[in-house]
Amino acid sequence: MAGESLTVDGVKVSYGDVQVLAGVSIDVAPGEFIALLGSSGCGKTTLLRAISGFVPVDAGRVLVADRDVTNAPPDKRGMAMVFQSYALWPHMTAAQNIGYGLRLRKVARGELNRRVEETMSLLGLDGLGDRLVTQLSGGQRQRVALGRALAVEPRTLLLDEPLSNLDARIRQTVRHEIKALQQQLQITAIHVTHDREEAMVMADRIVILDRGEIAQIGTPEDVYNRPRSSFVAAFMGADNVIPLTAKRDNGGLHVSASDDHADAVLSIADGDEGANLIGSGDGELTAHFRSEAARLIDINERPEGSLVLFGTVTQTSYPGGIYRYTIDVGDRHFLVDDLKKLGVGDAVGICLPAKSLHLYSANPTTSS
Amino acid sequence: MSNVWRGVVVPWIPRAILLGLFAFAIFGPLANLLLWSVAEVWYFPHKLPLEWGFDFWRQVFKPRGNAMLSLNNSIIIAIFTVIVSLAIAIPAGYALARRNLPWRSLILIAFLLPQAFPSVAVYINVARIFYGFGLAGTYVGVVLVHTVQGLVFAVWIATAAFSAVDRELEEAARNLGASGLRTFMTITLPLALPGIMASAIFVFLISLDEFTGTFFVGVPDVVTMPLLLFNASMEGNYQIASITSLLLLVPSVGFMLFIERFLKADVLAKVGN
Repeated sequence: MAGESLTVDGVKVSYGDVQVLAGVSIDVAPGEFIALLGSSGCGKTTLLRAISGFVPVDAGRVLVADRDVTNAPPDKRGMAMVFQSYALWPHMTAAQNIGYGLRLRKVARGELNRRVEETMSLLGLDGLGDRLVTQLSGGQRQRVALGRALAVEPRTLLLDEPLSNLDARIRQTVRHEIKALQQQLQITAIHVTHDREEAMVMADRIVILDRGEIAQIGTPEDVYNRPRSSFVAAFMGADNVIPLTAKRDNGGLHVSASDDHADAVLSIADGDEGANLIGSGDGELTAHFRSEAARLIDINERPEGSLVLFGTVTQTSYPGGIYRYTIDVGDRHFLVDDLKKLGVGDAVGICLPAKSLHLYSANPTTSS
Repeated sequence: MSNVWRGVVVPWIPRAILLGLFAFAIFGPLANLLLWSVAEVWYFPHKLPLEWGFDFWRQVFKPRGNAMLSLNNSIIIAIFTVIVSLAIAIPAGYALARRNLPWRSLILIAFLLPQAFPSVAVYINVARIFYGFGLAGTYVGVVLVHTVQGLVFAVWIATAAFSAVDRELEEAARNLGASGLRTFMTITLPLALPGIMASAIFVFLISLDEFTGTFFVGVPDVVTMPLLLFNASMEGNYQIASITSLLLLVPSVGFMLFIERFLKADVLAKVGN
């Protein structure tokens, strides 16, 4: 039961006057694991519900293996969904929940029981078949919900934040279990989540949504190392922002000095080395970086190919192993970890290697 | 045991008096009914019956007696009233709960209208109209009159029961390939069943107790328990009246127990929403 391809082509969805999806297109290969990532209200759940047929589409098409299902009712799409609330039927036992889809397909009793058993042991639910779902723990319910979807051997599996109701420890293991199952069964999976790490760990490709539009589609490495917009950079954790003025030539990017930082010549990414620059690079730029990429140096030091910010330590703490400093640069605050011990009021330089910088031309952004 | 009742400290003597008064208000009339039902001779100024016995009970349960006949009538009419009411209330309640019907609250209030007017006035006119259709003095006529009264509760409770079923539970079934009807039969209806049962019992009780409509539409051909009770009291036959009252009490108490046992607060909270 290999997966089927799925194509979302220019899908628009509105609730009343509010446009929730403003033309979204995604091509999903058979057997691919796609994560729809975004903050709440970005339209990711709506997109999943449009794919599964619970939300009517205003414009655009949904194709499953080149079959147009845009106007097909949910029960004619052959997709299986795992709901955030699990949506298990409280008047049925675990086994009845899992067997429901098979009963609809008129599978003979013996065969049905065998497949329910099989699904239950696949998910480590042996011996729980006769329990009402209300008597199961959160993790067990989650498995029953997954089993109910997998029992019908779907070609496409839709996952609507299925892990968000589990506690952190169980979530870690279930992530890997779902991913392993998906690979073992070779089914296509669309996974909605607001958890960045979850998307990174599970997905082959990540679709980042912002206000009903796709901000970026790419592999986890792509969206993490080469975010295409200021929004994606901030969303992927590069949420420290500093404005720069620069000029680009063949030698790289020449950043002019200001009160906050020294001048620098940065190499531009071509492969993995150098800064990730989107736009011309001339004039006003917004630079994003991750706290963990920053290093504290002497304020007079000027390492080659790195940008140095002038800062003052305003707060120190010791979470263990390293020191954590709040460093003010102008009116911005950055959290930087370092091994050295510093005191409040010390002047330090924050060293940002070109490789750690994501630069966006003339792209006004809300700083954090 | 704590003396706190709703946050107010009630000393035990006034509390005992209060409970005693409650008990008297509830069980006093019941005790009176019980006494009357086994009193064969009892007249003023005696505080207790002069002769005791079950003669009147025997009379009531005599096969082919008036009492048995009216009991049968009451039950048959109540059962059909329940069937007709549910046949309307289940689809109506589902539609009101699930579809975004325009005028939703107006529709809900429309079912309340028959209760808003003086029932005597309404039923005199209904009787006149039914007479024209040949429905006066028939079971069908009485069932229709009872249904109109039961429907407001049946529809309101059914709407609440369907609203309490999480939409995602239906979507999960649709998603696995169940048609709309199949989803309704296997998911929605079973989950709403306690509420539907409650509304069925409620309609049954309303029909069992109904007097005014039956009086105008049914008499003299269709006599139900309340009408028998009325006739018996008018004739001064308190024994028959008491026994009839006690019989009418049984299903009401049963209903209370059912509500207490099966109906969840979340369904009740959605009545009228």
